[in-house]
Amino acid sequence: MAKARIATVWLDGCSGCHMSFLDLDERLLAVAEQAELVYSPLVDFKTFPDEVDVTLVEGAVASEEDLHKIKKIRAHTKTLIAFGDCAVTANVPSMRNLVGKKAVLQHAYFELATLDPQIPTLVVPPLLDRVRPVHDVVKVDVFLPGCPPSADTIFAALVELLAGRMPDVPALTRFGK
Amino acid sequence: MSPTMTEATVVTLKIDDREISARSDQTVLEVAWENDVFVPALCHYEGLGDVGACRLCLVEIKGSPKLTPACAIKVVQDMEVITLSERLQKYRRSIIELLFAERNHICSVCVSNGHCELQWLAQKLGVDHIRYPYLYPKVSVDASHERFALDHNRCILCARCVRACDEVEGAHVWDLLGRGVDTRLISDLGTPWGESETCTTCGKCVHICPTGALFEKGKSVAEMVHARPRFAAMARVRNNSGR
Ligand code: SF4
Ligand code: SF4
Ligand code: SF4
Ligand code: FES
Repeated sequence: MAKARIATVWLDGCSGCHMSFLDLDERLLAVAEQAELVYSPLVDFKTFPDEVDVTLVEGAVASEEDLHKIKKIRAHTKTLIAFGDCAVTANVPSMRNLVGKKAVLQHAYFELATLDPQIPTLVVPPLLDRVRPVHDVVKVDVFLPGCPPSADTIFAALVELLAGRMPDVPALTRFGK
Repeated sequence: MSPTMTEATVVTLKIDDREISARSDQTVLEVAWENDVFVPALCHYEGLGDVGACRLCLVEIKGSPKLTPACAIKVVQDMEVITLSERLQKYRRSIIELLFAERNHICSVCVSNGHCELQWLAQKLGVDHIRYPYLYPKVSVDASHERFALDHNRCILCARCVRACDEVEGAHVWDLLGRGVDTRLISDLGTPWGESETCTTCGKCVHICPTGALFEKGKSVAEMVHARPRFAAMARVRNNSGR
């Protein structure tokens, strides 16, 4: 049987969910027997492949770039997992929604700047007006809350998905866990 | 027992097809819990008067097309109660999701993370994401009290604090002001809690709060563990009712 093709992506999150993924430790080998990591911040492929079976999405949708990426990822993914609280609820990144994009940029690039204060327009992607959970933008197939979801939770969910079953998420994790 | 109270009788009823006997002065919710039947509830608290505010305890009563809050209805002879159905679970999940959407619940940085009834019920009812748009209301934190703080971001307006302070402590510091999503918990007619002339700093409201809205100062993320007061037991001792 051909190996399942797995991807992980990192939008507006702290990378904690990816660290938790690495915490699978030797269980990564068990996953590698059944699946191949075809795209991830942890490996060196530059473009998102055409056909991916399972994509774990860490982080909320906060910038134009996040929005562009997640739409492309959705179009090329069979099972999309909102991976961790930032992806599921927008979590800490969403706290800027209380004050608005302008206030945040003003604070970061003017009030805290010591040299040549300005809002960058090159290289850094423009922020969206609101930080949004992934399912607010594209269809999500599995929600895996947790901040970050534990390695045990990730492993249990992946085992189920690779076997073609839906994981029983509330038995594994919750918001904030 | 006060002379105006009529004597309770023993009734038999069915909860999820199970024959159960109860006293006629008990609510459906009390009887369900006494018999280890799970019915979710947030505004009910043993020993406080029920107000039917959260609607989470909805059950089906045979013969009635309406859903009924179990905390607001007394048991009667031959009543048939259904506590678990697709329809009920659907409404319960929606209520939980609306509570999350209505204020700013960031569990990962909340004082009550891991010790919160809202969070626990979300998991128990299978709420793994919120389908409604978050409102992100700009609400405040009142940290003017010397020992406690009120974070409106986490308040679900269950009014447990209002009743604990009024019915048990006898201070009546808290009230709810406004209507619908604009409702806010206020102390002493809308003055900062720290300036309250009525608060005795007993901590009852803090420890009865189901969420991280009321907490002890100095508590950091996940550190606010509530010591749930046993009001019902206290009341029994006080009234020496022997129940
Ligand atoms: S009050 Fe409960 S549900 Fe709300 S953020 Fe805190 S832990 Fe989460
Ligand atoms: S500390 Fe006691 S008196 Fe003060 S508001 Fe809370 S319940 Fe009322
Ligand atoms: S502060 Fe706590 S107990 Fe009081 S209404 Fe809000 S959630 Fe309920
Ligand atoms: S517990 Fe019955 S309405 Fe809240």
